[in-house]
Amino acid sequence: MADASPTADDYVPPAEVEDVELYHPKSWITKWVFSQDAKIIAIQYSSTALAIGLVALVLSWLMRLQLGFPEAFDFIDAEQYYQIITLHGMIMVIYLLTALFLGGFGNYLIPLMVGARDMVFPYVNMLSFWIYLLAVVVLVVSFFVPGGPTGAGWTLYPPQAILSGTPGSGSGIILMLASLILFIIGFTMGGLNYVVTVLQARTRGMTLMRMPLTIWGIFVATILALLAFPALFVGAVMMMFDRILGTSFFMPAILEFGEQLQYGGGSPILFQHLFWFFGHPEVYIVALPAFGIVSDLLSIHARKNIFGYRMMVWAIVIIGGLSFVVWAHHMYVSGMNPYFGFFFATTTLIIAVPTAIKVYNWVLTLWQGNIQLTLPMLFAIAFIVTFVNGGITGLFLGNVIVDVPLSDTMFVVAHFHMVMGVAPILVIFGAIYHWYPLITGRMLNSAMGHFHFWITFIGSYAIYFPMHYLGFMGVPRRYFELGETEIYSQSAADLNAFITIAALVVGFAQLVFLFNMIWSVWYGRKSEPNPWRATSLEWQTPVMPPEHGNFGDELPVVYRWAYDFSVPGAADDFIPQNVPPSAVAVSDDPETAPA
Amino acid sequence: MTVFKTLTEKSWQTPGSRDKPLTGVAALPAATIALRFFFATVTVLFMLLIIAYGARMAYEDWIPGPEPKLLWLNTAFLIGSSLAMQWAWSATRRGDVDSVRQGLLAGGALAYAFLAGQVLAWRQIGSMEAFAITNPAIAFFYLITALHALHLLGGLVAWGRVMWIGRGQMDLSAIRRGIELCTAYWHFLLIVWLVLFGLLFSGNGNLEFILVLCGLR
Repeated sequence: MADASPTADDYVPPAEVEDVELYHPKSWITKWVFSQDAKIIAIQYSSTALAIGLVALVLSWLMRLQLGFPEAFDFIDAEQYYQIITLHGMIMVIYLLTALFLGGFGNYLIPLMVGARDMVFPYVNMLSFWIYLLAVVVLVVSFFVPGGPTGAGWTLYPPQAILSGTPGSGSGIILMLASLILFIIGFTMGGLNYVVTVLQARTRGMTLMRMPLTIWGIFVATILALLAFPALFVGAVMMMFDRILGTSFFMPAILEFGEQLQYGGGSPILFQHLFWFFGHPEVYIVALPAFGIVSDLLSIHARKNIFGYRMMVWAIVIIGGLSFVVWAHHMYVSGMNPYFGFFFATTTLIIAVPTAIKVYNWVLTLWQGNIQLTLPMLFAIAFIVTFVNGGITGLFLGNVIVDVPLSDTMFVVAHFHMVMGVAPILVIFGAIYHWYPLITGRMLNSAMGHFHFWITFIGSYAIYFPMHYLGFMGVPRRYFELGETEIYSQSAADLNAFITIAALVVGFAQLVFLFNMIWSVWYGRKSEPNPWRATSLEWQTPVMPPEHGNFGDELPVVYRWAYDFSVPGAADDFIPQNVPPSAVAVSDDPETAPA
Repeated sequence: MTVFKTLTEKSWQTPGSRDKPLTGVAALPAATIALRFFFATVTVLFMLLIIAYGARMAYEDWIPGPEPKLLWLNTAFLIGSSLAMQWAWSATRRGDVDSVRQGLLAGGALAYAFLAGQVLAWRQIGSMEAFAITNPAIAFFYLITALHALHLLGGLVAWGRVMWIGRGQMDLSAIRRGIELCTAYWHFLLIVWLVLFGLLFSGNGNLEFILVLCGLR
C-alpha cells in the first residue's frame, strides 16, 4: 500500500498559492497581437530585438567597410561614421541583448521552468512589450529626422553629445534619450513581473534551490536591472533638460565656435558616474542570463549534473552584488582621486573570483561527461573559450596602470566585444538551437547550423584577435580614419582590411542563421516532445509546443532539482523534475544498479 | 536566517516534494511584492538624484536656490493626504464603508492640493528675479519635484481606479487590495518627499551639513 503520510517522498502537500484564473484571449487580435500570454510576448520581444539587431549588424558592416577600406566608400562620411558606431553600440547592448535575454528568454522560460501558467501580471507584461516596441520605433525614427541620429558614441558623454558640432545634436539626441526613457519604463514593468513570478508563482516542490540556473541568472539580472536602470533614467532625463530647457546639470561654461554658450557650472563627470553606475551592472544584466543558460546547456548536453550547483547560485548572487561597486573602472582616464582608482581596481579584480568559480565549474561539468556535440553544446563550449579570452583582457583593463595606455584604443573594443558581445551572443545562438523545438515543434536545420557555428566562432576570433594587436600598436577607437599617420605601420591598415573581410563573412553567416530560423518553421524536421532528454519542466508539458496555460489541467509537482542526469541505478540517463522517487524506473544492468 | 538556509539547501540530496510554506517577502500577495520592488527602484532613483545634488553642491560656485515658504504648506497637504489614506485603510479593515469613502476622497483631494501647490511653487520660483535656469539648484528643484509629482500622479491613476470600482454601493472586498496598496504607496511617497524636503528644499542646510561632515565642502 502506498505511503500517504506527510513524511513520504511522494507526499504532495496542498498548494500554497492558489491557481489564479488565467486570462483567455477572445479574438485573433488579443491572441496574437495584444497578447497577454508570456510565450507570445516572448516571441514578440525576440522578433523585435532580432529585427533591430539586424539593423545594428548592417551598421557594423558599414563601420568596418570604412575602417578596412578608408576613402573607398563615398557614402560614409565622418559624421555618418559617428552615427553608425553610436547606434551600433546602443542597439546591440540595450535593444538587442537586454531585451532578448530578459524580455525574450525571460518571458518564455520563467513561467515554463518554474511551473507557472503565466506571468503574475499578464496585462502589465503586455504593456511592457508595447512600450519596448515604442522605444524601438522612436529610435528608428531618429534615423530619418533632419540631422539624423545622434553620433555622440553609445556612452552619450556630455558636453559633446548635445553640442552642435556632434552629428545628430538636433532631434537625434532628443529621440535617443526619449527612446531610452521609454525602454526603461517598459523594462521596469516587465522586470517586476519576472521577479514576482519567480518568487511567488513557482509550482509545488519548486524550491528556489531547485530552479534551473537559467532562471537564477535571469532572476538576479532582473533585480540588477531594476536597481541600475534608474541611474540611466536620471542621466537621460537630466541631459534632456540640458538639451531642451538649457539647464546646466552636465554642461560646464563652454565656448562653441568661439561663442560663449549660456550653459555654466554643470559637471560632465557627474553624467559619467551616473552612466557607468548603470553601465557596469548592464554588463552583468547581459552576462548573468548567459551564465545561467550556458550552465543548463552544458549539463543537458553532457548528460551530467552541473558541477557545484550551490556555488553557481552563490557566484551569480555575488557577481550581481559586486557589479554595483566597480563602475568607475570605466573612468580611470576621466580623472579621479588615486585612492578611488585603487578601490575600483581592487573590486574589479575581486569579481574575477566568483567568475572563475563559474568557469571552473563549467569545465568540471564537462569532465568525464557523456558529451554530445550538438549545436547547443558547440555554442556552449565556444562561449567558455570566448568568455575566458574576453575576461582575461578584462584583468588587464581593470588595473589602472595598464588601462591608462590602453584606454580608447582598439584593445578595449576587442575586449568588450569578446566578453559582452560575442560571448553572450554565442549563448543566445546555443539557446535558440536548444529551445527552438520547444517553441516551434521543429528542429533547426543541422547543416546550416554547423555552417553558422563554425563561421561565427572562427570568424569572431579572426575579427577580434587582430584587434587586440591594433590596440597594442596604439590604434585609437572611434577614429573615422587613421589618415596620413606614420606612427602606425602598414600592417595596421592591412589588419583592418582583414578584419573587415572577416566581419563581412561572419555577417553573412548570420543571414544563413536567420534563413534557417524562418525556413525551419515550415520545413524543419519535426521534433519529438523532449528531443534533448532534458529534465526541466518546460519540456514536460502535455503538448509541445506548450499551449496557453502551459501545463494543461494540473500544474506539475516538482520532486527533484533540474540536474538528475546519469543517476546511478536509474534506467534512463535523465529523471525529469516532476517524476516522483517511486516512479523512477530502475536499471536492470547490474553495473548501474544502486549499491 | 531564512535566506542563508535557502541558499545552503542541498537540492541534489533530497528528492521528494518538499513544499514548505512560503515565507518572508514571497508570502505576501503578488501585487505587494511587486510594489516593494518598485519602491526599491524608485528609492534608487531619488537617492541618485540626492547624490547628484550633493556632488554638484560640493563645487565652490554653488548658489543656493530660493526656498518658497509654500513648500511647508504643500508638505502639510501631503502628510494630510497620507493620514487620510491610512484612515481609509483602517476603515476598510473595520468594514466601515462611509469612512472608507471619506478617507479616500480626502486622500485624493489633498494629493491634488499638494500637486497644485507644487505647480504654484514652480510658478513662484519662475517669476523670481533670481531665477536662472542655468543655476543647478533651481534646475534640480524643478527636476526632482517634477519626478516626485509624476510618481504621485501615477498613484492618483491607481486611486482613480479604486474610486471607479468602488463607485455606487462600495464593495470593499473588490477594492480592499487596491486601498492597501495605494496607502502603502502614499506613505512611501510621503517619506521620499520628507527626505527630499528635509535635505534639499527646506533651506536648513541639512545636506550641506552632511557634506561638511564628509569633508566635501
